[in-house]
Amino acid sequence: MTTKKLKKMAIAALLAASSLAGTTLAWAGDTIKIGVLHSLSGTMAISETTLKDTMLMLIAEQNKKGGVLGKKLEAVVVDPASNWPLFAEKARELISKDKVDVVFGCWTSVSRKSVLPVFEELNSILFYPVQYEGEESSKNVFYTGAAPNQQAIPAVDYLMNEVGVKRWVLAGTDYVYPRTTNKILKAYLMAKGVKKKDIMINYTPFGHSDWQSIVSEIKKFGSAGKKTAVVSTINGDANIPFYKELANQGISAEDIPVVAFSVGEEELSGLDTKPLVGHLAAWNYFMSVESDENEEFIENWHKFIKNKKRVTNDPMEAHYIGFNMWVKAVEKAGTTDPKVVQDALIGVTVPNLSGGYSAMMPNHHITKPVLIGEIQKNGQFDIVWETSGLVPGDAWSDYLPGSRDLISDWRAPLSCGNYNVKTKKCSGQNY
Amino acid sequence: MSEYAITAKAKKPALLLLCLALLTGFVQQLAAAELSLEESWKILSSKNYKKKARAIEAIAQHNPPEAYVALKAMLNGQLYYARRSKELYILKEAGDNYIFTPLFAGEAVTRESKRGFKKIRINNRLRSLIRQSLAVMQLKDDDADVRLAAVQELLKNPEAEAAALIASLIDKETDSRVQKAMRTLLAINQLEYGDEAAHPHAIETLAASLNTSAMNALRNYQAPNKVLEKKARAAIKRINDQRDLYAKAETMFFGLSLGSVLALAAIGLAITFGVMGVINMAHGELIMIGAYTTYVIQLLMPEHIGLSILVAVPAAFVVSGLVGIAIERSVIRHLYGRPLETLLATFGVSLILQQTVRSIFSPLNRSVETPQWMSGAWQINEVLALTWNRFYIIIFCLAVFIALILVMKKTVLGLQVRAVSQNRMMARAMGVRSEWVDALTFGLGAGIAGMAGVALSLLTNVGPNLGQSYIIDSFMVVVFGGVGNLWGALVAGMSLGVINKMLEPWAGAVLAKILVLVFIILFIQKRPKGLFPQRGRAAED
Repeated sequence: MTTKKLKKMAIAALLAASSLAGTTLAWAGDTIKIGVLHSLSGTMAISETTLKDTMLMLIAEQNKKGGVLGKKLEAVVVDPASNWPLFAEKARELISKDKVDVVFGCWTSVSRKSVLPVFEELNSILFYPVQYEGEESSKNVFYTGAAPNQQAIPAVDYLMNEVGVKRWVLAGTDYVYPRTTNKILKAYLMAKGVKKKDIMINYTPFGHSDWQSIVSEIKKFGSAGKKTAVVSTINGDANIPFYKELANQGISAEDIPVVAFSVGEEELSGLDTKPLVGHLAAWNYFMSVESDENEEFIENWHKFIKNKKRVTNDPMEAHYIGFNMWVKAVEKAGTTDPKVVQDALIGVTVPNLSGGYSAMMPNHHITKPVLIGEIQKNGQFDIVWETSGLVPGDAWSDYLPGSRDLISDWRAPLSCGNYNVKTKKCSGQNY
Repeated sequence: MSEYAITAKAKKPALLLLCLALLTGFVQQLAAAELSLEESWKILSSKNYKKKARAIEAIAQHNPPEAYVALKAMLNGQLYYARRSKELYILKEAGDNYIFTPLFAGEAVTRESKRGFKKIRINNRLRSLIRQSLAVMQLKDDDADVRLAAVQELLKNPEAEAAALIASLIDKETDSRVQKAMRTLLAINQLEYGDEAAHPHAIETLAASLNTSAMNALRNYQAPNKVLEKKARAAIKRINDQRDLYAKAETMFFGLSLGSVLALAAIGLAITFGVMGVINMAHGELIMIGAYTTYVIQLLMPEHIGLSILVAVPAAFVVSGLVGIAIERSVIRHLYGRPLETLLATFGVSLILQQTVRSIFSPLNRSVETPQWMSGAWQINEVLALTWNRFYIIIFCLAVFIALILVMKKTVLGLQVRAVSQNRMMARAMGVRSEWVDALTFGLGAGIAGMAGVALSLLTNVGPNLGQSYIIDSFMVVVFGGVGNLWGALVAGMSLGVINKMLEPWAGAVLAKILVLVFIILFIQKRPKGLFPQRGRAAED
């Protein structure tokens, strides 16, 4: 550990010295450095540690294949400790001090918002692997997780058309992702003719653990004789007591199904899933997907982590796609210079784990299939529905006033993240 | 024959025929089912859920002898088919082996893996369809509870066919609960399909029921004349009044249960902070250690989950108590009388404990299984159900509290603790080993925090951050209740719980929490010493 650190410091010092001497080839060395910016301590460690391990695995595999451009890849792992301002500091440290060529990281939207100015100022690249609320497009960020139209909207469509849901509970944790997603969903539902009295919106604080009265309210709301479903943007930790309370109050998935956007295999692995059978989740990947790529990925993961019981999940697939895209773009460009790679990334197509291909689009979002799964007794998902083709991620929602007219296209000559098609103007913001 | 059957017969004679067919399974000639039985069994192994739904309907209508077993196995995820022959099998797990018994005639196969067999997958729609079909078959079960569950299942979606069947069974029914549920179902059906003469009676039956479907039937009721409309409206009002009453009782229960969790988390702190005056920021982590102890105990005795919780209570007390004594001896002992340093030091200790747990058990949450006797709810009537785990936690909280009061009031240790906290020098002069008493008192407070951890492990995540979410609440309860007063902690916890739950439906969870905090701040302004201030000379310094 210490020798590794010493080595890291030595390299950093060397690089710092070389950049002081005025060389522009700061990224050229014996290794290509990749920054991994995931919390390894604090509240988000539960989700983010796995992604750090995923990155280490992907990098190790690429090195076995001979690295990139004939150079070995080296991971630089830092711990922003679930502390949002620290994310920005660590990002700056990775780019300016460690001279990484690309960073894979962040989980919460607030951490992404915190590092965004840093990436734009230093013109580096961030791959962001988690589903998020959209309404953002940065030249320096590549969003490999789902935008709302790749997760929330198809899930609602499924409930409306296949399950026949007429009354909706939008339950979420009180922060930016659920608030924006619910705003989009509400606009979408109203556009589909759902009345205001048939939508109930509920927010709870982070880590909420006493769900008794909310579940009882949901039960009451759902007993009006119309099929009711809960669309849950409840974050991480609060989910387990929520599902426990649902089971205890005797609400089964057949009565009131809950479709969750933040509950995956990893979250279920800490839970007795018997009472949850039938509740739904919408993702772009499930561990139970049947494809050769997925089988190989799971096998490699078990070998790497040395534990056959560990599960895989959607953000892991996002990193898998993002990493392979970056490798392909670097090979296409022949350099790791972020300025060049940013342009080379657009249009890159790589296999995803669900048996198809994902492409990076000009708005820095990717194309993905959308899957709906039902929770099984063993903590896995049975895929009950999927979109017929790939869904391209939409940075600006079509259902919100203000963002409806915006498009994002980072190709020259437009090169704009928020071009208004009505006023024909780029608002000039960087994101 | 009862009046219900007569109206059903008069209105829908075809239904009775159908129900007869349902009972005897001679439906083939009637062509009511589009699919033949043979086709239906085959379709089950397809991937198309819509086709499968039709197949299940057909199987239920044909009702061959295998139907009940097959549908039940399908519901439990135990119906498989062989990949090659597409024959249906029922899976049983015996140790490491899988036994596949053919649904129709044939030899059972024992395998080490499920290779070659595939599960028949179902989704929510199929699940409720199967439940409804099974319920029809279970109406004639020997067990009254099964019959009751079946009628209640049918009540969720009362259809004319089921009503006709029930009408033929109601007179033979011996169990009064089942009969009542059946009567409700028939009344709903009558309101929808029966003729006007039967409506008044049906409305009266429904008015006495608290069932949701009954309520909805009344709400959707298109009254043919003014008298009936008035009657229906009165019935709805009556049901609503009753429901409101039960809803109030439910809120009260929710409040008490949240209160008991708060009190449980705070009682330990009431001793360390209240009696000893130590600001222990690691209190939450002692709760967390108790929760992890529960997890470890369950790992050690996987066969006896029901018992494990009972074993975990004393185990958590001992483990957390020992950790508490260790903290007291190594850190706090040196810092008595320096509250700021104690606060910082114990905050450091809490971070160390969190990271230790993270290193040992990984940052992922661990699952503590809720034993059978603690899951589910105590169904008092159709609207009011008290969840068992919450109910037991209220009782547990009271038990812990009473035990603690007894220790403080009736034992030598309690006497010495009180003596030291009131006047340390005087107690020492009387021969009390104050250092020893300090360690034990702190250990007692820590141990009780550990027991709170056992209760919390059943409600929330067992993870490294468990303690953090309760530390602020605990301090809030102790300060509100009055520092140094155990009764204060109990009353404060309970009242904060009830206030919170009363505010929640009206203000939302986020605002309710804020309002409670504002309330406490205002209260402390008015009465700085809390609900039950300590009186006498000791409190004056």
